[in-house]
Amino acid sequence: MSNKILKSLAIAGSIAAALTTISGTAHAQAAEKCYGVSLAGQNDCKAGAGTTCAGTSTVDFQGNAFSMVPAGTCATVELPDMADGSHRMGSMEELTRDIPA
Amino acid sequence: MSQIDFAKALLDNERPTPGGLIDPKGRPAGKRFDVYRNNVVLSLSDALSDAYPVVQKLVGDKFFQAMAGVFVRQHPPKSPIISQFAPEFPDFLAAFPPVAKLTYLPDVARLEKARTEAYHALDATPIDGAALAALTPEQMSEAKLRLHPSLYIISSPFPVFAIWQQNSDAPETAIPKHGQDVLIARPSDMVEMRTLPPGAADFLRALNAGRTLGETIEFCEKIPLFDLTENIGGLFESNLLIKIES
Amino acid sequence: MPLIPHLPNSVGVGYKPQHLDDILADSGSVKWLEIHAENYMSAGGPPIAQLKRLAEQFPISCHGVGLSIGGERPLDKDHLTRLKHLINWLKPASFSEHLAWSTHEGGFLNDLLPVPYNMETAKRVADHVNEVQDTLNVQMLLENPSVYVAFAASTMDEITFINEVVSRTGCGLLLDVNNVFISGTNQEYSPEEYIANFPVEHIGELHLGGHIKDQDEHGAPLLIDSHNDKVVDPVWTLLDTLLKRTGPKPILVEWDNDIPDWSILESEAARATTALEAIS
Repeated sequence: MSNKILKSLAIAGSIAAALTTISGTAHAQAAEKCYGVSLAGQNDCKAGAGTTCAGTSTVDFQGNAFSMVPAGTCATVELPDMADGSHRMGSMEELTRDIPA
Repeated sequence: MSQIDFAKALLDNERPTPGGLIDPKGRPAGKRFDVYRNNVVLSLSDALSDAYPVVQKLVGDKFFQAMAGVFVRQHPPKSPIISQFAPEFPDFLAAFPPVAKLTYLPDVARLEKARTEAYHALDATPIDGAALAALTPEQMSEAKLRLHPSLYIISSPFPVFAIWQQNSDAPETAIPKHGQDVLIARPSDMVEMRTLPPGAADFLRALNAGRTLGETIEFCEKIPLFDLTENIGGLFESNLLIKIES
Repeated sequence: MPLIPHLPNSVGVGYKPQHLDDILADSGSVKWLEIHAENYMSAGGPPIAQLKRLAEQFPISCHGVGLSIGGERPLDKDHLTRLKHLINWLKPASFSEHLAWSTHEGGFLNDLLPVPYNMETAKRVADHVNEVQDTLNVQMLLENPSVYVAFAASTMDEITFINEVVSRTGCGLLLDVNNVFISGTNQEYSPEEYIANFPVEHIGELHLGGHIKDQDEHGAPLLIDSHNDKVVDPVWTLLDTLLKRTGPKPILVEWDNDIPDWSILESEAARATTALEAIS
């Protein structure tokens, strides 16, 4: 048999095996499902709450170097030594990255 | 005064109130113009907060609000559709010095952006695995699998999914010591997310780029720890397959 | 056949997704719904599916907030195309937009900004209204704005301006009674006189909403159209006066900020229904 046919048979075997695995057993890694974004980004025709807050003040991050630092839950996110961000590669635009030519 | 002058003054507090704007007594409008300034910046800041709630939680409300003021003035929406607002925010975070130490933050933002885009993506009905099983081995090898249009994959050197979970609905989530590939999709009415096993991101990307199943597998088999059966199974389990083109 | 506004002469509310289950269970005095067009322009997703379901049960008023009809720039052709697509599948009972602008150099400012009232602006607004009506094949309703500043370049009052646009376009009008109260207070003219002089024969829909009170730097009252509270009593009184002139009309209650439980919004709709019944 040619190499190509052998390859095809191997694929078919994997698909058959995968389908057998799916039907019947529960899966270890359940997906995270969320409605949460349903309210994100709505258009409306209301005005803001006043005249003086967000629109008329600009925070000077440099001038407020001590008070203007992230102060949410980031303090509790403990990353291991690994990532310093220098090899960052995450990007959803790169869906076609590293595909066979 | 043109609308361009009006708009520039809305987004820049250093500029004076445009001339020709008055109160009913003919005096220059000061605080009255600030109502518009406030509406624009506040409404866009609120939209940013709605779109990136986990980023907001990570940096805190006060910091987020101040940062939003900087962002929305630099990047007013390009489209009147507010659900599409702020696609530039992840890249903005990557270049914003006050959050430089939070190296994972841009990827968390990419995850949140993908969730919103998946939510609003084109609808499509997933098909059953049996349709693939019905093909001959040769047809399988030549088949192109069309995946759901709401599919997004975020590959990060950081454990972004765990960080997201810890800051949304599962605070007890432990942060692993490795990066994560995250699948985001909305096969029906809910956005679903899961972490991907080794090679799965490349497997899905290759299929999505229109490679045949045979070509895709040939490529992915070279990836250490890639498990074909697991990946085919994941494809159906995640309801990602919408059409087989043979 | 062009779309001629045909909302029922009853009360509707601005649709908010958090009220979906309540509305489907029992909509009470709410007989129709208004949606903001720009929230239903995605490729797909649950919001569009929800709207399709609601449209089977309720007349829908399609209210645009992003067309920038008062803009100095040409209308955004892509946006008009999106609106046309929405109107084609939704088949709303009415399409309305604002006498305002919101785009700048191709961007969008997400607010309804004011225009000077003079002949030059009236011609430009009329050209844009004509383009909208021709492209969408609708008779649109144009809404009076809530304004915080006046323009030294204005040469006519708001009603004269609106009459000029109507005579050039044949469009209908959406009269926001809350906006009349806000603009009248902010610009120191009489809301009652405005209502008495408004060209009521062109009205296709009325709006009601809440606002907040502030002051300018001289201590003069400055009302802000925040849509975050109940309609105030003076606005209900204006509505009663107006309805005596117009007869029954479709009335919408808007609530966009600090969105309340359904029961509170429904009770506002019930109050508007009572006002309608009083003149029927």
